Amino acid sequence: MAEEITPPAATGAKEVAKPKLVATDAASHPWVMSLSAGVPGAVVASKTFAGQVTVTVAREKIADVARHLKQAEDFAYCVDVTAVDWKERAPRFDVVYHFYSFSKNDRIRVKCGAADGEDVPSIARVYLAANWCERETFDMFGIRFSGHPDLRRILTWEGFHGHPLRKDFPLEGIDTGAAIYPEEWPEGGGPGASDPNRKVVS
Amino acid sequence: MKILTPTFLTYVKVLLIVAVVPAIVGFVIVLAERRIMGFMQVRLGPNRVGPKGTLQGLADLLKLVTKEDVTPARAEKFVHFLAPVLAVIPALTALAVIPMGPSIRLARHVSTPLWVADINIGLLFLLAITSIGVYGIILGGWASNNKYSMLGGLRSAAQLVSYEVPMGLSLVAVLLMTRSLSLVEIVMRQDRMQLWFVFPGLLSFFLYFVSGVAETNRNPFDLPEAESELVSGFNTEYSGVKFAFFFLGEYAAMIIISCVAVTVFFGGWLPPFGHVKALSFLHIVPPFLWFLAKVGFFIFCYIWFRSTFPRYRFDQLMALGWKWMIPLSLVNIVIVALAILWTPGRTDGLVRLGWLFGALFLLMFFLAKLRQALARRDRLASEPAGTRQSALKA
Amino acid sequence: MTDEKLSQAERDEAAYFAERAAAAGVGRPLSQGDTPPAPGEPPTLFDVQEMELNFGPQHPSTHGVLRIVLKVDGEKILEAIPDVGFLHRGTEKLFETETYPMGIPHTDRMDYVAAATNNHAFCLTIEKLLDVEVPRRAQLVRVILDELQRLSSHLVWLGTSGIDLGAVTPFWYAFREREQILDFFEEYCGARLTLNCMRIGGLPFDLTTGWVERLLEFVDDLPARIDDYEQLLTDNRIWKRRTVGIGVLTAAECVEYGLTGPLIRASGIEWDLRRAQPYECYDELDFAVPTRQNGDTYDRYIVRVQEMRQSVRILRQCLDRLEPGEIRGKVPRVIKPPAEEIYASIESPKGELGFYCVSNGSNRPYRMHCRPPSFINLQALPKMAKGHLISDLVALIGTIDIVLGEVDR
Repeated sequence: MAEEITPPAATGAKEVAKPKLVATDAASHPWVMSLSAGVPGAVVASKTFAGQVTVTVAREKIADVARHLKQAEDFAYCVDVTAVDWKERAPRFDVVYHFYSFSKNDRIRVKCGAADGEDVPSIARVYLAANWCERETFDMFGIRFSGHPDLRRILTWEGFHGHPLRKDFPLEGIDTGAAIYPEEWPEGGGPGASDPNRKVVS
Repeated sequence: MKILTPTFLTYVKVLLIVAVVPAIVGFVIVLAERRIMGFMQVRLGPNRVGPKGTLQGLADLLKLVTKEDVTPARAEKFVHFLAPVLAVIPALTALAVIPMGPSIRLARHVSTPLWVADINIGLLFLLAITSIGVYGIILGGWASNNKYSMLGGLRSAAQLVSYEVPMGLSLVAVLLMTRSLSLVEIVMRQDRMQLWFVFPGLLSFFLYFVSGVAETNRNPFDLPEAESELVSGFNTEYSGVKFAFFFLGEYAAMIIISCVAVTVFFGGWLPPFGHVKALSFLHIVPPFLWFLAKVGFFIFCYIWFRSTFPRYRFDQLMALGWKWMIPLSLVNIVIVALAILWTPGRTDGLVRLGWLFGALFLLMFFLAKLRQALARRDRLASEPAGTRQSALKA
Repeated sequence: MTDEKLSQAERDEAAYFAERAAAAGVGRPLSQGDTPPAPGEPPTLFDVQEMELNFGPQHPSTHGVLRIVLKVDGEKILEAIPDVGFLHRGTEKLFETETYPMGIPHTDRMDYVAAATNNHAFCLTIEKLLDVEVPRRAQLVRVILDELQRLSSHLVWLGTSGIDLGAVTPFWYAFREREQILDFFEEYCGARLTLNCMRIGGLPFDLTTGWVERLLEFVDDLPARIDDYEQLLTDNRIWKRRTVGIGVLTAAECVEYGLTGPLIRASGIEWDLRRAQPYECYDELDFAVPTRQNGDTYDRYIVRVQEMRQSVRILRQCLDRLEPGEIRGKVPRVIKPPAEEIYASIESPKGELGFYCVSNGSNRPYRMHCRPPSFINLQALPKMAKGHLISDLVALIGTIDIVLGEVDR
């Protein structure tokens, strides 16, 4: 069932007529410098692409980073929290945060790596907006956020198997079970493996 | 003509009420409501069944009758059945005392009045009987075993009880003028006084009609069945004939409220200003038709309200009833009593009260308009520049 | 992925979840401040008598399949817990399996009352990644489509939130104009709801003949029509009593909850992405960003109505500036953006609608994430609803202006 659905990364992309945008190092960017000074040891890498600053930080420090950005750098508005599943990479996931500052009128993207099963400190106590976003990320990727006030599945139902946005989750779905009617269907869901009526429900 | 005894004629009239009122509800009022609301809402309304949609009522009836009659699993079966019956029967019973016109001649030496019974406690009887209809709604909400229905039933219990009070009190003020509870006598007296009670009782009328709208659960007081909040409230779990009964009960209650308003405040079957010489041609129209036309107007008002107003919130509705309508109706009783004492034995005091109320009403109308205009001006001043069309063209 | 492994993971997760939930006090019977009757004692009249009420997912006022678990005392809401996900279709997963242009129709199905803005946000993200210049005519037409869509979305909101509060008539007026707007969409791209009306780098079609003239006529008519709706509602006393002071959000709370769009503007923050970070040609257009100070349901209503008037202004300016020209930028036939990541967002009728795209250099996005305004805005509902009545909850769901297709994706 673990079907690879990701196309292999294209190597040797064809030349494009226009000059591409290139990512540049952003270590000297004021926000990044402020972060390095404010949260020592947090910043792992940083870059600028198309005018957007991306800072990669250490996983354990993410809550501190968020607090620093909110308080010292006035990034008052948490735009979004999501994740990317790099299936073969060493920490498997990137948890991606976007923050916006009204005074700077600009966004910053903060990333941290997280291996499968590792807890990421929750920023829901720093930004209330991150509450549901983190729940969604947990639901879709199975990344757990430690210290989250209410970490439950949000888009899929409780009792759902697996995490749909992981790259190894098949597109056609899995037998999701029917924990909704435990008296009619066995625990774990769906007709049992020996049931002739069993079929894959997506 | 032995057969046309008064008793026999009474039976006939009862049968007519029981048979004709539902038919009127089904065919005329519902169709009128949907067409008028359609007109007010830039759409057509039903126009497919029969010529111009006239048979829509029949189609609705057939649909309701042929639908499955569902009783929820853990409902109180008997009460669930009883509730719609309780909603309809009092409403139809109350029609018995409504005088729809003076006597008409059926044959030589045989004439009959257009009411079933003229009892000397007519108004009291009406209030008593119509308040039984509340039980239908409360029990229906309770027996359905549904939280939304329950909430609807609770809402209607509180609402109907609260609004019975100003309704009764507003009629007390009229009783001071009529000195009779008999509805026929109330109409006769308006004829003799050459004055409809709506003029000295303008405040009474407003209190009565607003309470009446609340009593019948119609917009803007349709909280017990608020479909966007309680999913139809007390009648959520009703279908088929039982639902049709609730439906009929609501519309019959509307008819009752309108009939009482017409009888008590608008001179029943009397033509407007019948005693004025210049308007004596109005007597050509049969009294019964006057009555029908007036009732029709109030039913139109119901429909009009429905397509105009948003719905009140529950606590606001209670506040309106208890903080405004009940004190107002008490004050109103005092005012009317004073007006009667002003010129004892004559109607001058009442006439003057009528003028006073009329002037007050106009004043309040213009004050409200002014207030609205001021609010609008303030609002426009706070809008960003260049929003309005005039500013755009400049 | 074997069954044993799955169930083990599942067990782990369930244990983890139960622990977390217990720590956070989820499922605790009452919110703070209310005293439940002591066990064993019969409740008196003024004790809190808690009842759990399922509001939705099949309920006429939840604007789709939203379920809210209500804890009520009588009609007073002690706690409202939204439960979303009934319309989850895995749109983000679908994006990953198809090429970039094939993702556009999927965006139609997210906020299905405002498909054009979704298309726009999606295309804008890819264009930013590709660094493609959109020709001027395409920019103007995109703005026109956006603003038409904003009008139509706000009209749907106006009508439905009116019905929620029992005002039926504005619905029909609003939908009369919406139908006309949908007619314009239909003439432009053949669809009325799921438009699929933008392409990466520009537009699929040029405008049909006479479209601009007819639209101008419609636009000239519109302010008077908006006056009609306002006449029914704005100064209506019942409407004001139902909306003024309901669901008040301060500016600080709005920022804290990440609210965007009319919600934040009704709380006094003049923030609109069209103004703050102009995309396409919004920087040269003259329009105001309506704001109000009180942050209640009434102010959100006023802000949306004024936004409709501003949309009319924008439409008029765009129609004046339209000149013949290219409608598609120079986009390679096979879209293979550089292996980078990008976030771009636009001001959708509901708020900030953003897409976060991670490319690995192939012709399909490695990860495409949508930042849905409805989803984030819905988070504020428990805060807004607490202490209000059930009737107000209906008003609040309406005022957030959620579309469940976008909440659940």
